[in-house]
Amino acid sequence: MDIKFNEILKEKKSDISKRWLEVILASYPNDKSGFLMNQQDRFANPIGYTFSTGIDGILEVLVKGEDFSESISFLEDIIKVRAIQDFSPAKAMAFIFQLKTIVREALGKDIGQSQINLALLEFESKIDDLALTAFDIYVKCREQIYELRTDELKRMTFTLLKKANLMSEIPVQEFEHKDQK
Amino acid sequence: MAPKVKLPKPGELSKIDFKTPATDWMDTPVEFKPGTYCWGAKEKDLLTLGLPNPRQWSPADEDWKIPEGWESTILDGIAERLSKYRSFKIFMDICVRCGACADKCHFYIATGDPKNMPVLRAELLRSVYKKYFTKSGKFLGRLAGARELNMDVLKEWWSYFFQCTECRRCSVFCPYGIDQAEVTIIGRELLNLVGLNIDWIAGPAAACYMKGNHLGLEPHAITGNIESMVDDIEDITGIRVNPTFNRKGAEIMFVTPSGDLLGEPGVYTCMGYLMMFHELGLDYTWSTYASEGGNFGFFTSNETAKRLNYKIYAEAKRLGVKYIIGGECGHMWRVLNQYMDTWHGPADFLEVPVSPITGTVFENAKSTKMIHISEFTADLIKHNKLNLDPTRNDHLKVTFHDSCNPSRGMGLLDEPREIIKAVCNNFYEMPENTIREKTFCCGSGSGLNASENMEQRMRGGFPRANAVKYVKEKHGVNMLANICAVDRAALPALMDYWNPGVGVTGVTELVANALVMKGEKERTTNLRFEDLPGKGGNE
Ligand code: SF4
Ligand code: SF4
Repeated sequence: MDIKFNEILKEKKSDISKRWLEVILASYPNDKSGFLMNQQDRFANPIGYTFSTGIDGILEVLVKGEDFSESISFLEDIIKVRAIQDFSPAKAMAFIFQLKTIVREALGKDIGQSQINLALLEFESKIDDLALTAFDIYVKCREQIYELRTDELKRMTFTLLKKANLMSEIPVQEFEHKDQK
Repeated sequence: MAPKVKLPKPGELSKIDFKTPATDWMDTPVEFKPGTYCWGAKEKDLLTLGLPNPRQWSPADEDWKIPEGWESTILDGIAERLSKYRSFKIFMDICVRCGACADKCHFYIATGDPKNMPVLRAELLRSVYKKYFTKSGKFLGRLAGARELNMDVLKEWWSYFFQCTECRRCSVFCPYGIDQAEVTIIGRELLNLVGLNIDWIAGPAAACYMKGNHLGLEPHAITGNIESMVDDIEDITGIRVNPTFNRKGAEIMFVTPSGDLLGEPGVYTCMGYLMMFHELGLDYTWSTYASEGGNFGFFTSNETAKRLNYKIYAEAKRLGVKYIIGGECGHMWRVLNQYMDTWHGPADFLEVPVSPITGTVFENAKSTKMIHISEFTADLIKHNKLNLDPTRNDHLKVTFHDSCNPSRGMGLLDEPREIIKAVCNNFYEMPENTIREKTFCCGSGSGLNASENMEQRMRGGFPRANAVKYVKEKHGVNMLANICAVDRAALPALMDYWNPGVGVTGVTELVANALVMKGEKERTTNLRFEDLPGKGGNE
């Protein structure tokens, strides 16, 4: 990555991460008290903590220009949360693309320099890669929700599976409800 | 309410159009998205239980098939409860909206949805109370925080009272001791007056009413399942334990949640009871009639809970036992400890529990005559009455999840910890603000451990899982111990999602693995037939 671009990024990193967090948390408009942003205790506010550490982790990797596979665990942490909340896939993942806007804003006038502009394009294609990975993670999380349900059913009927025909009725509510879904 | 804080300035967000505008909570009707709600109670189960308005319906439908005049049914229901329960009236009147409880609910913490703030959850009902039962509400209406009861409100109640696990975490932080769990309990009772329960509660409650337990296990299935555990115990230890069923004249009756009889990992906990009682030579019996410690009626209405609970003392009386020991369960203990005595006591045909091994008199159960297995075991350990080899649990790094009801509901905080420390060499506590009285709920309590609402369960359990993640990363914790059957059923999914690799166990399972029984063969596996550390063929 371009050295100058990198320096600017490094210098602005804390602004960028702060802004990025604000933008993600803006997708919780009902949280009018600002709890998710302001409660600093990591156990009292796991969403805020997961997002802010995740963001920092991802930015760190991006800024260093390292292979973004290093940042996957941070990405995973964030996506896991988003995947079980009330979001459409697009909304759940929007925050990744929003990083582009944030970085452009942070660069300000410097974008005019052709050298920076080129580096920025390169950086943005990294964000695209990140988004693709994020989408994979998201899909896996959603699939997992269904697996959790079948796994739980298996655990619940463990003894039955081990030792059939002792019960007159299998307590599988699931099948009777297919038409309700 | 919590202090108002700065949101990003206008313009700051101009380039980002993903922000949907917030509306006032009274103007935000509830949406039913798959994965976030439980299925509606079935017609046949409400018929079995004799509950109002049995019909097939789905929460996703526009028409919930509520009978005409339902508004007065609900309002009369409120009036009746205001006169019957002083606490309810007080909880409706005294909240000063200080906000201390606002961010303490796991569902709020994991969603940011203000209606999951305990204060606002109560307000869903309080606003209606104000409108119809207070002067200011009648005259000032919305200005005084009052609103009309209509179908949207009813649906909102159903959504949010079945998004509260009645865990009581919020009440720990309320300076007035307002207990949102009780508000939810009343809210659910009111909903039940017009036939609005969930399937996962009504189904087990109906099964319990007909067969004695939530799973609908008939006597031969109960004895059969326990016999198969006896076989497994013999394979593992070389010892054949010999439980008895419905034996008159036994000293003790043992009652456990039926989840321990069927599901995994509950059955291992159950094997643990069998082994420990055998080793002690305890004069006890199982009942195939009082075959359920849990009580899903408790999540329906006071009446239903009371009916389902009746069999416990009745059976103790029929069998002529001296007292009752109860297995590892959560809400079961809230009911037994706080309600059973009032409903069906005094159990003066029973005696104050005395451990036949140590002679300890359980004064705390002087009235109910029923003690928790953890009290019983911790007392044995304190008196050195169990021969234990904790190294058999050396492959485990254990943390303990305080289940809401035993911890906040009955103060059972130290007993399970003392037991775990005696049977495991590696025990690590989760952070202080997530355990003991401040424990985070599993997210699936109070009958919300259905599977169709898995997303909602993953949210509700996130704060708990987040604290487990911390000890997993810091200490390598790989086992989450608990003393609750719903936890054993619900936490494995929670761990699989948030902390893969962390298992779930009942405390008595850990005890049984460490327990050196007289005349046992050298054990090579634990109760799950997994190789013991240093003993297995695969090592
Ligand atoms: S009782 Fe528990 S689930 Fe219900 S509002 Fe309070 S903290 Fe939330
Ligand atoms: S802490 Fe108690 S008084 Fe304060 S808002 Fe909550 S319920 Fe009301």
